[in-house]
Amino acid sequence: MTADTLDATEIHARRKASKPKTLGWGNPVVYFVALLFVAVMISPVLYIVVGGFRTNSQITTDPAGWPHPWVGRNYLDVLTNGVFWRSFLNSSIAALVTTAGVVALGLMVSFVLARYSFRGRGALYTLFAAGLMFPMAVAITPLFILIRTMHLMNNLVGIILPGIAFALPVTVIILVPFLRAIPYEIQEAAEIDGCSRLGFFFRMVVPLSVPGVITVGILAFIGSWNNYMLPLYVLNNQSSQTLPLSVQTFASGPYSADTAKILAFTSLAMLPALGFFSLFERRIVGGLTGAVKG
Amino acid sequence: MTDSTREHAPVVVTSPVNLSKDGGSAAALPPSGLARRRGRGAGWAARLEIAAMSAPAVVIFVTFVVLPVFLAAYYGFFRWKGYGKPTDFIGLHNYVIIFQDPLFMGALKHNMEILVLSLVMQGPVAIAFALLLNKKMRGQSLIRVLIFVPYVISEAVAGIGWSLLLGGQGAFNALMRDMHLNFLDKDWLSNPRLALWTLMIILTWKYIGYATILFLAGLQGIPEELNEAAAIDGASYWQVQRRITLPLLGPTVRIWAFLSIIGSLQLFDLVYIIWGQYVASTAGTSTMATYMNQNGRVSGNFGYGSAVAVVMFLISLVIALTYQRFVLRRDTDGALTGGGKTR
Repeated sequence: MTADTLDATEIHARRKASKPKTLGWGNPVVYFVALLFVAVMISPVLYIVVGGFRTNSQITTDPAGWPHPWVGRNYLDVLTNGVFWRSFLNSSIAALVTTAGVVALGLMVSFVLARYSFRGRGALYTLFAAGLMFPMAVAITPLFILIRTMHLMNNLVGIILPGIAFALPVTVIILVPFLRAIPYEIQEAAEIDGCSRLGFFFRMVVPLSVPGVITVGILAFIGSWNNYMLPLYVLNNQSSQTLPLSVQTFASGPYSADTAKILAFTSLAMLPALGFFSLFERRIVGGLTGAVKG
Repeated sequence: MTDSTREHAPVVVTSPVNLSKDGGSAAALPPSGLARRRGRGAGWAARLEIAAMSAPAVVIFVTFVVLPVFLAAYYGFFRWKGYGKPTDFIGLHNYVIIFQDPLFMGALKHNMEILVLSLVMQGPVAIAFALLLNKKMRGQSLIRVLIFVPYVISEAVAGIGWSLLLGGQGAFNALMRDMHLNFLDKDWLSNPRLALWTLMIILTWKYIGYATILFLAGLQGIPEELNEAAAIDGASYWQVQRRITLPLLGPTVRIWAFLSIIGSLQLFDLVYIIWGQYVASTAGTSTMATYMNQNGRVSGNFGYGSAVAVVMFLISLVIALTYQRFVLRRDTDGALTGGGKTR
């Protein structure tokens, strides 16, 4: 066994050693095409961010121009605007509570699915996995009635609970293989040391699953932060709106002629999700591919 | 980060209670840990644990995901304004109206067009870019982040940005005029002959980064030894891609296609934000979901809206099951032999 691992590391090291030779700047054509691709993907985002630094008269006279001069007033106006901060706060609360709920409930049910054998386990897993096939659009009309019956209209709880429910399928699909991969030896060692399965869950599984939890947590956070349809149905008055809704209200309401300010508002609304994403890019990409392979 | 640590705090507090409760019964049932492997029925303590740990998730999931689907099936048989109990039972009448409404059939047709065009427009390009980027090159991780950006920003932000960009007096038309490409100065959003293609471009922009990243990850999961062996046997770069890489990428492509199909059938946000609830049908971009929104919630006909939801559900279900059967058949054949057959 030691010989095997030695062999493997040796090969690995050799491959590593030969790498610097191949890791050059590569084919310029590849870079050119990649650059073009990136430019197409990024330019609409840049248009929003840069457009926020122009004035309305600049935008009318030359819609495709560069800011001249750059004006910060639009951004300042939005940042001193109560509507922006209230929706920002609403979005933050909804996203954080949804994330916490998804992680807590998802971790527990995934642990049961990964570590216990009982009749109906397959059915339970299928129940959650099938949820992937039916996004919110199918359920939204009766969901709206349900939430209204529960008196949760215009209440963040009314988007948090369904938000948790709709994020559970992805969470379960990512976490079950993750928890199943924790070696049984650890569990047996814990049992010998007098640890119950629940004790094992809280003392070993929870700390060991932090990387998986971060992945599903980020997915849940961004999903909740960007969700549009559910808040559209549930949050009608402006004081309870989340950012995607208030961005739209802002763009179609009394400010609809103030293009520059709409652009500033819009770009500030997308910043948190972008920031979050760039911090955890590796985790998100890893989580998505993990979900597909699982 | 902070929320995950916050999450741990209450969990640790409750653990001693559970530990002591379970400690006694665990002594009475020594092989409880191994029972799981033998697939024998679980003991009392284990049953309690299973119930306690899965109940919260199951309750929330059933209440907010499963129950609404059944409620929709029930409400769909009534003429109902959404207040009080539905009493005006009209059988399948709602469904008859749905399938006789040219607006719904138009929306369904748009959904199908979007479904096919999404696969055709995003798939090949994303595979090509993934192959292109699947080289050890500098700046690869930065490129990956940048092409993923449109997927991460919200539909609301993307929709507002694009509608300002593509509006009649928007930046895109101005740019085309400046570049003397006057034939590209068009009414992108409201011309019914163009609007669907505009939507497709926006959808491609929004979701192709996701497809590329998925494929890139799939490519990086292919062992390098295979490529090396083929190269030693004298295969050219293109032969390696066609005979080894693409067939091995098959499962990833098929799962991406499944997610894309489901997404196309449920499309709502971008259409609703860019075209609004009334323009979408005249511009030719309405979808089943925008139809449901307008004829259900907006007009207050919740029985009818629920029936539309049921139709959407059944169409998605039939397509999903058909596709899964197809995928299963392909993947049990084995990706390599599947690739061989297409030759």
